[in-house]
Amino acid sequence: MTGDSYNFAYLDEQTKRMIRRAILKGLAVPGYQVPFASREMPMPYGWGTGGVQVSAAVLTPEDRFKVIDQGADDTTNAVSIRSFFQRTAGVETTTATEEATVIQTRHRIPEAPLGEGQILVYQVPIPEPLRFLEPRESETRKMHSLEEYGLMHVKLYEDISRHGHIATSYAYPVKVEARYVMDPSPIPKFDNPKLNDCPAIQLFGAGREQRIYALPPYTRVTSLDFEDHPFEATKADHPCGLCGAGDSYLDEVIVDDAGGRMFVCSDTDYCESRQRQSHRGKDAA
Amino acid sequence: MTPLLSVQGVAKRYGAQIGCTDVSFDLYPGEVMGIVGESGSGKSTLLNCMAGHLSPDAGRVIFDTRAEGPRDTLTMSEPERRMLGRTDWAFVHQHARDGLRMGVSAGGNVGERLMAVGARHYGDIRHKALDWLDRVEIDAGRVDDRPTTFSGGMQQRLQIARNLVTGPRLVFMDEPTGGLDVSVQARLLDLLRGLVRDMGLSAIIVTHDLAVVRLLADRLMVMKSGHVVEAGLTDQVLDDPQHAYTQLLVSSVLQV
Ligand SMILES: [Zn+2]
Repeated sequence: MTGDSYNFAYLDEQTKRMIRRAILKGLAVPGYQVPFASREMPMPYGWGTGGVQVSAAVLTPEDRFKVIDQGADDTTNAVSIRSFFQRTAGVETTTATEEATVIQTRHRIPEAPLGEGQILVYQVPIPEPLRFLEPRESETRKMHSLEEYGLMHVKLYEDISRHGHIATSYAYPVKVEARYVMDPSPIPKFDNPKLNDCPAIQLFGAGREQRIYALPPYTRVTSLDFEDHPFEATKADHPCGLCGAGDSYLDEVIVDDAGGRMFVCSDTDYCESRQRQSHRGKDAA
Repeated sequence: MTPLLSVQGVAKRYGAQIGCTDVSFDLYPGEVMGIVGESGSGKSTLLNCMAGHLSPDAGRVIFDTRAEGPRDTLTMSEPERRMLGRTDWAFVHQHARDGLRMGVSAGGNVGERLMAVGARHYGDIRHKALDWLDRVEIDAGRVDDRPTTFSGGMQQRLQIARNLVTGPRLVFMDEPTGGLDVSVQARLLDLLRGLVRDMGLSAIIVTHDLAVVRLLADRLMVMKSGHVVEAGLTDQVLDDPQHAYTQLLVSSVLQV
């Protein structure tokens, strides 16, 4: 190993091997939270250090890397992570979902279907879905190992009793291969169905909490619900104002000083590629 | 008839100190056993040994399981014991806070055991929760309130509802009326007596309060310094105590 490759993707090889072992274990036991020794990264916790370490461990010099933050490639966070790996790994980068081999994401799954050979890396703030109601980690670990998941439904029960429906709209809990209950990170529940039967590898990294978990390709992932309150992947009931898409997750944005609003795709790459194909929404210039 | 619970030679030490020793008794279905004694008598240690919260140094705690008949719960695997703890067994703590989820609504507290055993129909769970709130005399309008907003007596009644909703076959109670005002105690005792009678509950109640066992227990064990000093039918023991210590307990109540 040469001195140059030692620092490929910032982390030393030994650390990357340790993280890869955690990833492999996660892939072998889908949905199970694998502890790992999180390293100091040159960015604060809360800025995707878990995702960055996972990306560092899986990137190869041949990869094309994409970073999205809430669906957008151009936020400060996305730009800084992308340039971090450009600098430390010299990998090519892209904003096109189809062209990327590794995609690091915060809070979204891209709209364009993912394929075999792609890796989606999620930044995870809180990996433990049971924590809201059971703060003791010794107890939540036991609940996972014994498959005691009644508490997850207590959370949904509380939602319905308070709001009349399951109001949880982000980080909506899922069950993996009918075994582990998993927090999919704060993606909108609109994205939950994309977790299921996905041809890409999905990796989840929580830096502060030092946990990695994973979904191998084509894993069965179901969203928890009640028989009389079934799961619904909801979104704003509008087409995108710019590209007219009716099937994408939308952000509501303020467009002028007069408080004018419009709904646009949160996935900027999806929206722009549709516009390049001459799709137009009602608010398009 | 097979005893529902058969306790055989249970002993627990804390170092050189005796927690409880050489305790044996059978509890038959539909029976309520009272265990009385002062603090330090070993009654709580015994209760926790039976309920699986403490592991005794010696003895067997044999429960007549639904699926496999009598089994020593002390040698069960932890998953089996936990499963028992949320199905056929229930435990009412002295402090409602220890037995409730304070951050969850009353309805959610009652519904948790149902969901833990697989209930997945919100309407059904809600209906059962409301029914149980009614049975423990909590107004249906409080179903979505958290127990933090409840009085001590209401919290205790909620804890009882949460425990009984799945129809457990054996209920352990640790000083269920402890720490409550006298008038609140009376109402709770009344309620418990009704439930015991209506549901044909089998229960083991630990208390220092002879009035509690007088009302609720068919049989009685008196404990002192970790030993059972007297046992028998409740009325017999209380009306004609044989052991000097029991006589002392009874006379101290009668003087009041
Ligand atoms: Zn669009």
